[in-house]
Amino acid sequence: MAHAEGQQHPIGIYLKIWGLLFVLSTASYLVDYFHFQGYLRWTLIIVLMLLKAGLIVAVFMHMLWERLALMYAILVPPLLLLVLLGIGSLEADYTFFTRGVFFGND
Amino acid sequence: MTQAVPTTAVEALPLPDGLEGIVADWSSDQRAFKKVPWGKAMMWIFLVSDTFIFSAFLISYMNVRMSTTDPWPNPSEVFALTLWGNKIPLILIAIMTFILISSSGTMAMAVNFGYRKDRVKTFVLLLITAALGASFVGMQAFEWTKLIVEEGVRPWGNPMGAAQFGSSFFMITGFHGTHVSIGVIFLIITAIKVLRGDLDRQRPGFLTGRKGNYEIVEIMGLYWHFVDLVWVFIFALFYLW
Repeated sequence: MAHAEGQQHPIGIYLKIWGLLFVLSTASYLVDYFHFQGYLRWTLIIVLMLLKAGLIVAVFMHMLWERLALMYAILVPPLLLLVLLGIGSLEADYTFFTRGVFFGND
Repeated sequence: MTQAVPTTAVEALPLPDGLEGIVADWSSDQRAFKKVPWGKAMMWIFLVSDTFIFSAFLISYMNVRMSTTDPWPNPSEVFALTLWGNKIPLILIAIMTFILISSSGTMAMAVNFGYRKDRVKTFVLLLITAALGASFVGMQAFEWTKLIVEEGVRPWGNPMGAAQFGSSFFMITGFHGTHVSIGVIFLIITAIKVLRGDLDRQRPGFLTGRKGNYEIVEIMGLYWHFVDLVWVFIFALFYLW
């Protein structure tokens, strides 16, 4: 009972996404090359990173064409990591503060 | 008898879309992930667990980097290479990034030709993917050697600043490099299966005994794209921060 469940798309879409990923990677390398600093650097890095990740998951990994049940089952749980991110940064700030207080004036 | 009799509910009933589709899929008392082979659904679930592992590494790296009072070594300078007399920042990492993205492109095309049952093209594209992956690991070995021998970076300290730099670096890139290496091995195994025609003849696999089919190329592709995906995050958060 082999029914075809494979994903079949025109080759062109992969080539386009491939090219786009090259452009985005070059852009993120140039962020470092031109020594952008501060919020500009952060915004560019994060935006380019998320764009690249989104393209890979959506097109190369075919998530765009999956049913919503699989999409949500895979993409929603990682959002929990934002909580860990928040706890991690709060804790790091506190550690930095106490290190400043206790080891600051050596 | 000319008319095919539908043998599964998937074929018999139309599947609703949208939120209604989610409820229908999950409450169908049959299988939740429709229109995907179960092996693919399982690979996705494995990748979610791997996402949590890498995220735990990256978040702990963020934690130690934010909490250290020593200056963090500047990755742009640490990973610079001198080429033709010029010191180019981060150039090796940029090349590694392009190599991995290219391997993702060839992998996507291998999956595509696989479903068209074009054995030779699939085999060649899988081998190119494996070769690009192997060269990525080679460059990483070069990078580690340079860092350990020339720069004196150790997991417990380094001459340039915060001691946590070494432990974070070796942990994160080491774990990623292991993933790439395992991927290369399985790419070669998959390529051989494709060329031998195992997938056309549904020959049972040596490990699981499951019948071969071209879905395994796509499942292999999911793993490989994930390795590329993780590198996107490592590149942005470790090398560019």
